[in-house]
Amino acid sequence: MLSKDDVRYIGSLARIHLEENELDDLTRNLADILHYIEKLKTLDVKDIQPTSHVLPIKNVYREDKVLPSLPQEQALATAPNQHKGFFKVPQVIE
Amino acid sequence: MKLNELTAHELLDLYKSKTTTPQTVYEEVCKAVNQLDSKVQAYLRLAKNKPQSLSPSSPTGDQKFPIPIAIKDNICIKNEEVTCASCILKGFHPPYDATVIERIKKAGGMIVGQANMDEFAFGSSTENSSSGATRNPWNLNCVPGGSSGGSAAAVAAHETIWALGSDTGGSIRQPAAFCGVVGLKPTYGRVSRYGLIAFASSLDQIGPLTKDVTDNALLLNIIAGYDERDSTCADVAVADYTKSLVKDVQGFKIGIPKEYFIAGLDREVKSAVEEAIAVLKKLGAEFKEVSLPHTEYAVATYYILATAEASSNLARFDGVQFGLRSTPAAVRRSPIVDMYEATRDAGFGQEAKRRIMLGTYSLSSGYYDAYYLRGQQVRTLIKRDFDEAFKEFDAIITPTAPTTAFKLGEKTDDPLAMYLSDIYTISANLAGIPAISLPCGFSQNGLPIGLQILGKPFDEQMLFRMAYSYEQSTSWHKRKVAF
Repeated sequence: MLSKDDVRYIGSLARIHLEENELDDLTRNLADILHYIEKLKTLDVKDIQPTSHVLPIKNVYREDKVLPSLPQEQALATAPNQHKGFFKVPQVIE
Repeated sequence: MKLNELTAHELLDLYKSKTTTPQTVYEEVCKAVNQLDSKVQAYLRLAKNKPQSLSPSSPTGDQKFPIPIAIKDNICIKNEEVTCASCILKGFHPPYDATVIERIKKAGGMIVGQANMDEFAFGSSTENSSSGATRNPWNLNCVPGGSSGGSAAAVAAHETIWALGSDTGGSIRQPAAFCGVVGLKPTYGRVSRYGLIAFASSLDQIGPLTKDVTDNALLLNIIAGYDERDSTCADVAVADYTKSLVKDVQGFKIGIPKEYFIAGLDREVKSAVEEAIAVLKKLGAEFKEVSLPHTEYAVATYYILATAEASSNLARFDGVQFGLRSTPAAVRRSPIVDMYEATRDAGFGQEAKRRIMLGTYSLSSGYYDAYYLRGQQVRTLIKRDFDEAFKEFDAIITPTAPTTAFKLGEKTDDPLAMYLSDIYTISANLAGIPAISLPCGFSQNGLPIGLQILGKPFDEQMLFRMAYSYEQSTSWHKRKVAF
C-alpha cells in the first residue's frame, strides 16, 4: 500500500514540492490507479519481448553537413533569466 | 448558409468560381469566434500574426489551400505564444515552426488561433486546462471531450474550418465523437512530431479534425510525410488521400471486436453503431466477430507507459530554459533544487502532477520490472491481437467512446473514471495503427455519437474509403449546431 511518505519521496524524485494538503488526495488517487494497474499481474508475460516502439526503427544516418541553426539570442530569448549568453540559474556549487 | 459553416472543399469551389475570397472567409470565421467563443471557450488565444496568404507581399509555397485552421496549443508556431494550456509555459514563444505548421503555411492555411486542451494533453474532457474548461457546442453544460477538446469544439461551432489536434490515447477521436466531427489519428510515424511538445513520444501523433471525411483527407495530404527532423517519422510513401474518397466497400472484410460491446457501453451508442454496421453491410461490406483478447488490459498498460514517458518528457520544464520560474518560499535542499521544486509545484496542475508522479513511480528503482517492463510486454500482446486480426480483416469497427459527452465536473474528482472514457481509443496508440472517428448518430438529448474505424499500419486509405462510403450514405455530418 502506498503511504504518504512514499508519495513525498516520489515527489522529491520528480522535483515537485508537494504541500501537506496536496499529499492526502494524491496518495489516495495514486493508490487507486496503482490498484487498477495491478490487473496486469494476472497475465503471463514470460518470454514476451517488450515493445518500446511500434515501428521497425533503425538508426537514421545523414550527411555531416553544417546547416543553419537557431542563433544564440533566439535560443535564449525564452529563458526566465539569462546572463552574457548563458541560462542563469540559482547557485549550484557551494 | 454562412461561409464559416461550409467545409474546405466547398470553400475551394467558391474560390475557384470567384464567388468569395480567402480574406472574406477568414473575416467570417473571426466574426464567429468573436460572437461565440465567450460561450464555447474553444480558443486560448487568437493568432497575433495575420495569415501569410493574406499578406500583399509575395507569399511562399503554392498557397492552394487558404483555409482557416485552429491549432491545438501543444504545436509550436513561430513567434506566437504556445503554452500547452499550462501555467509552466506561460509566455513561451517558440522560435520555430513545427513541421506541420510549416507545411500548412506553405499550403496557404490561415491560422486563426490556438485551441484549448487539457494541460499537456493530460485528460479526456478539456477541464484540466489552466485557462478553464471548453464547452461542448451541442450542449454547453457538457464537456467537449479531450484532450483536443478546443480543436473539436471550434470545428463543431464553426469557429474554424479545419483544426489540428494530437492523439496519445484518443485525444483526437474521443472529442471528435463528443462534438460530432471527423477526427483522425494517423499511423504512428505518418506525420512528423517535430515541434509537437511531447507527452508520450512512442504514442503521440498529430492529426486533422474536420467537418467531413473529404476535408480530413485534404488536410492529411498537407501534413503527412517523411521529415528528417523527426527520427521516428516513417519514410513510407504518402498517397493522395482524396483518391480514396470512393463510395464502394463491396467485399471488404470488417471485424467487430466482441470485447468492445460490453457492460458500460451506453445503449444509444450501441444501437447507433449497430445501425452504422447495417449501412455498411448494405453497401456490400462483410462483417464478422473478431476477438482482441487483451483489450481489457489496454487502459492499465497505457497509464504505465504514457505516464512514464510523460514524466521523462516533462523533466525539461524546470524554470531554466523557458516559461515560469518561481522563487522558493523556504530553503529546503539547495538553492537550485528548491527553485526546480517550487517552479514545478506552482506551474503544473493537479492532473499533470498525478501523471508525472505515477510515471516517476513506475520508473523508479525496485518498481521498473513490475510496472514499466511489464507494461511494455503487455503492449506486445495488444499489438499482436491487432496483427492477428488484420490477417483476416481490412478494418475493425467499434464505438469511439462508451458514452456521449458527459456533464462538466462529472468525472473531475475521479481520475480513474476519466481514464476509462478512453477505453476504446487507447489500443490504437499502443499498437501504432491508424483510426478515424466520424459521426454516426445522435442521442435522444441531442448529443453526437462517434463511430471508430481502425486499420492496418499506413493504410489510412482504407479508413477514408470506408468512412466516406458510410458518410455519403447518411446525413449526420450535415447536422449543424444551433446557438
